[in-house]
Amino acid sequence: MTNLLEVRQATKRFGTFTALNNVSIQVPKGSIFGLLGPNGAGKTTLIRIINQITLPDEGTVLLDNELLKPEHIKDIGYLPEERGLYKSMKVGEQALYLAQLKGLSKKEAKERLKYWFDKFEITHWWNKKIQELSKGMAQKVQFIVTVLHRPKLLIFDEPFSGFDPINANVIKDEILQLRDEGSTVIFSTHRMESVEELCDHIALINKSKKILDGKLSDIKRAYKSNTFEVGLSTENTKDLYQTLDEKFKITPADFKTIDDQLKVKITLDQNTSSNDLLSFLSDKAQVMRFNEVIPGVNEIFIKTITDNE
Amino acid sequence: MNNLKLIIKREFIARVRNRTFVVMTFLSPLIFVGMISLIAWLATLNNDEVREIAFFDETGSFISDFKSSDQINYIDYSNLTLNNAKDSVVLKNLYGLLYIPKKQSNVELAKSIQFYADEAPNISILNDIEKVIANKLTNQNFEDKGLDLNIIENSKAKVNIQIENFSGEKTSKMSNYVKMIFGGAAGYFLMMFIIIYGNMVMRSVIEEKANRIIEIIISSVKPLQLMMGKILGTSLAGILQFAIWILLGGILLTIATSFFGVDPQPVGVDASMAMQESNQEDIQLILQDILKLPLLTLITSFLIYFIGGYFLYSSIYAAIGAAVDSETDSQQFMLPVILPLMLGIYVGFFSVIENPHGTISTVFSMIPLTSPIVMLMRIPFGVHWWEVLISIMLLIGSIIFITWLAGRIYRVGILMYGKKPTYKELFKWLKY
Repeated sequence: MTNLLEVRQATKRFGTFTALNNVSIQVPKGSIFGLLGPNGAGKTTLIRIINQITLPDEGTVLLDNELLKPEHIKDIGYLPEERGLYKSMKVGEQALYLAQLKGLSKKEAKERLKYWFDKFEITHWWNKKIQELSKGMAQKVQFIVTVLHRPKLLIFDEPFSGFDPINANVIKDEILQLRDEGSTVIFSTHRMESVEELCDHIALINKSKKILDGKLSDIKRAYKSNTFEVGLSTENTKDLYQTLDEKFKITPADFKTIDDQLKVKITLDQNTSSNDLLSFLSDKAQVMRFNEVIPGVNEIFIKTITDNE
Repeated sequence: MNNLKLIIKREFIARVRNRTFVVMTFLSPLIFVGMISLIAWLATLNNDEVREIAFFDETGSFISDFKSSDQINYIDYSNLTLNNAKDSVVLKNLYGLLYIPKKQSNVELAKSIQFYADEAPNISILNDIEKVIANKLTNQNFEDKGLDLNIIENSKAKVNIQIENFSGEKTSKMSNYVKMIFGGAAGYFLMMFIIIYGNMVMRSVIEEKANRIIEIIISSVKPLQLMMGKILGTSLAGILQFAIWILLGGILLTIATSFFGVDPQPVGVDASMAMQESNQEDIQLILQDILKLPLLTLITSFLIYFIGGYFLYSSIYAAIGAAVDSETDSQQFMLPVILPLMLGIYVGFFSVIENPHGTISTVFSMIPLTSPIVMLMRIPFGVHWWEVLISIMLLIGSIIFITWLAGRIYRVGILMYGKKPTYKELFKWLKY
């Protein structure tokens, strides 16, 4: 798979403070790439470097195998975390203005805006001023302006903040559709459930360094510990617990069931397969639940960052 | 380039559509003309008042010298006693009482004349009275010495120096006034323009920062381009507003003068000029003076210094706007803007008019922050072309340097929120 964007060993210092320390990322074409990290880790600095708002002190950025140059601005759509619109300008006017700044002709911009305004059913906002709209409404306009010039690379910094669940879902579907139409998406957020749902690649940045990156499924595979969550139905819970405790490494588990069950997490060593465990258990009791425990992005996030400190 | 045009257009439209801008554009000339008319009207009211002054002359020789005019009415109280005279002045609420006692000698008399009044009397009235008495006493002194007054009067010589330059062209004494007015108006105009529209640039930067639209925009255009677009767009709006002001102000002033018969010229200041102007030949000379001013040089240099000065200052204003979060925070950075402007105006009005080619005037017409104003004031008096050239080169050099500096502060500042920057911090930003 080819990479649409490659950042190679980017470093950025502000005075004595290093905002970004030797960070490299590869964003595969057509992927949704999650850029994660705690506040102040350097995500925004990295995004600003990609957008050519700031220049890196060291390192290079390649877009489509070309060194980043001013013309690439048209190939990128950026929705910053700190975002707003001109308060006293009409919605349609400023959407046109921002689209034209991205290199669209007035006619083209008008046509595409009409399409998007119709799609979001906001055509009647055209002559309203932003100060008459709610925050969520303004966010919709910003989203349209970000994607209007059909860029190869879309960068969303906390795209769902300010949206109610229904509109957040609308935006999520739009992002997925844009991906399907060939755009590549970089997605920076704190909301791990949306990372879980959307991203297929991630990079984790902490204290200006990249500490983890790769395909999300690979990372999860690396982080799983051969642990299974089981629910067993038996007459004698105590005895069974003791037997299991002697034979395996177990920890208590918690999940919701209708009946009384023995709920445990069993971690297997290298020599035991899941089938061995299953046949062992089915002899002793009725197996109601048998699940491999796969770590969530949230756990990986917290574990990696605490391990690094 | 295309983006710059878009930004200029948007800035221009945003300024011009602003309600305050529209109101100010049309209200200011009205207020201005209204004020002038009011002041002129009040001045005429004041002049209409007739002041009644009583005099008590023990010598009896001044009675015929106090001639009532349409502003002062002299009343002779010499036949009363001094105390009665005082009482009746108070009773009749007259302006004051002049007391001329009888003395041995004129020297003593000159020192012992008194004016009784409740309020401090008008200086010019006192001056007039002093002049009348002094005249009379001088004439008496001449007569005492046996001199014939007619001979003295006839031997007084009147001198009127004709000013002519070495190539034989006559000029009036008014030519210096004409030059002063041209230079002063140009300098003052530039200062006003910088303060009004520089502030507007600053506010527009702060607005973009406060609205949080700035990051969306600079992901499409270079910050320096945005800054330039702002400055140019705002200045176009400014030129439009000034043009409307001048046009509307002119029309209103003409209407006001013809309707109310109010003389818009400030009373007093022009009195001496007006006297000279009454001479037909002088008026012609003044017209000649205006035509003889190096008009082409004036207009070209005005344009150069106007554009240069405005750019220099408005990029500083833009940098200040980028550094702060709100207009209230901007106050701490205003000093470096206002100080050189004020200095330029003061040097212009005091030093240049006194001595256009003195050291102070020359130095300040070279320093880039004051040169636009000071040099504009000097040019009507004739400045060597190489001095102007050096000054313009310095100005252009510092515009490039300051815009670069301001651009760097701007670039960093627009993305900084919630910090109250210090000068030290701004200096650090230059290195980011």
